[in-house]
Amino acid sequence: MTKHDIVIIGAGPAGLAAAVAAYEAGVKDILLLERDCEAGGILNQCIHNGFGLHRFGEELSGPEYAGKYIDMLKSTDVKLQLGTTVLNIENKIVSAVSEANGFEQFEAKAIILAMGCRERNRGPISVPGDRGKGVFTAGAAQRYLNIEGYLVGKKIVILGSGDIGLIMARRMTLEGAKVLAVSEIMPFTNGLSRNVAQCLEDFDIPLYLSHTVTKVIGKDSLEGIEISKVDENMKPIKGTEKYFECDTLLLSVGLVPENELTRQAGIDLDLRTRGASVGEDMQTSEEGVFACGNVLHVHDLVDYVSAESERAGRSAAKYVLGTAAAEKDGLNVNVGLNLGYTVPQRINRVNVEKGVDIFFRVRKKIRVGEIRVESNGEKIASFKREFLAPAEMEKITVPKVLLDKANGSITVSAIDLEEEAK
Amino acid sequence: MKEMICIVCPRGCHLTIDETTLEAKGNTCPRGEEYAKNEITSPMRTITGSVGISGGIHSRLAVRTNRAVPKSKMFEIMAALHACRVQAPVKRGDVIIENVCGTGANVIASRDM
Repeated sequence: MTKHDIVIIGAGPAGLAAAVAAYEAGVKDILLLERDCEAGGILNQCIHNGFGLHRFGEELSGPEYAGKYIDMLKSTDVKLQLGTTVLNIENKIVSAVSEANGFEQFEAKAIILAMGCRERNRGPISVPGDRGKGVFTAGAAQRYLNIEGYLVGKKIVILGSGDIGLIMARRMTLEGAKVLAVSEIMPFTNGLSRNVAQCLEDFDIPLYLSHTVTKVIGKDSLEGIEISKVDENMKPIKGTEKYFECDTLLLSVGLVPENELTRQAGIDLDLRTRGASVGEDMQTSEEGVFACGNVLHVHDLVDYVSAESERAGRSAAKYVLGTAAAEKDGLNVNVGLNLGYTVPQRINRVNVEKGVDIFFRVRKKIRVGEIRVESNGEKIASFKREFLAPAEMEKITVPKVLLDKANGSITVSAIDLEEEAK
Repeated sequence: MKEMICIVCPRGCHLTIDETTLEAKGNTCPRGEEYAKNEITSPMRTITGSVGISGGIHSRLAVRTNRAVPKSKMFEIMAALHACRVQAPVKRGDVIIENVCGTGANVIASRDM
């Protein structure tokens, strides 16, 4: 067993940013474990542009964004070990396996969880019909196309309007496939508005809102897809069926943080985010174990993953160097009206210098809204926001002076001002 | 008046533009105004794709145009990418195709390989 100050699990955007930040904060003995054959994570297959505007002030492709962090990592003494899959974390001991070294254990003073997320597939959403070949998650099709060079089909139907599905609609169209329909069960899209504009509208790809796949047809290979309109309870309406002859169904139906290791380690999870419950320093319920990036909650923008992970890296460094403040004066963050979740789930006010960022998603579209922060029924802060949507993560920064008015816990809610006016 | 979603950055501002005076509203930065004007007069897009690569760890190399090109040239540029094959090693930012399809833009490598 070898010993390290910090062991980081996953060298995607979260792990890379955490490693660089922890190193810059003064911890030199850092081990970064990655199961793939290269660092960069999912960014390597996200060859479209739009990354880095916040972080680097320029619009980059996914591989370029990853490349910049890989270059930063190379300028440090952080040890990157590729081809290594972590099996288990217990009492700050990380067990892993690799082709090169077989079974290994690493003892860490601090651990940063940066395993990212995984695509939801056909199972959990129960798509009815035959089970022939031709059904892929959008990300799997993206990997085949962008890394390996295979176009998985010619006539495509996409279920779900998450960003990866929208990006793949454009990508496959540009590569010569015909995207016949994007079907979304919700009455609104789950992707960024800009992706609806530049990926669907640019190519006249029809978007069917409040529609879902009701039949997959084709015993050996996919032959066609039937979609139907759904009612307000998301039940398919008889007589609204539409049939598309196609060879491929892509699923873009959400991402789920990959927390098997976290769960096994006995770390508290938040049922809303499906990630660990963390403080403003990104520390989980287990002292010295931090989490950041999509393993914590699914982000829309990698720029926010980097910022969050840098915070986790700095916090882990403080913990190792013994300069972290003991947890006291804690506030729980409660999820109020119209909110899906918050990160962090608790705030240690001792650590707050000027203010604390609270990230959240709303549960419904709000055109003109107010984000309200209350403690014991009293309003302590309020933020005006326009065009709030479940697909877009939002952030408020609560200044320390206002936070000091809170007692025990705070509740964050999103008020629909137009509805309130009625 | 035409309504559109700005695609310049992930913020996705809701813009309206007067098609005759080209006066834009709803943008939160100057790039949004420029985007709205271009969308009416000559829409531009950055094209991303891949080219074949030999001697690398993968079989495709991610590439992009180094700036936005006319939207009408998208498929022509894709054909140029299909016809292109490179040899590793390649550095991020290396020019893969100069002045692609006469647009004045270069196709550059998105990564090292």
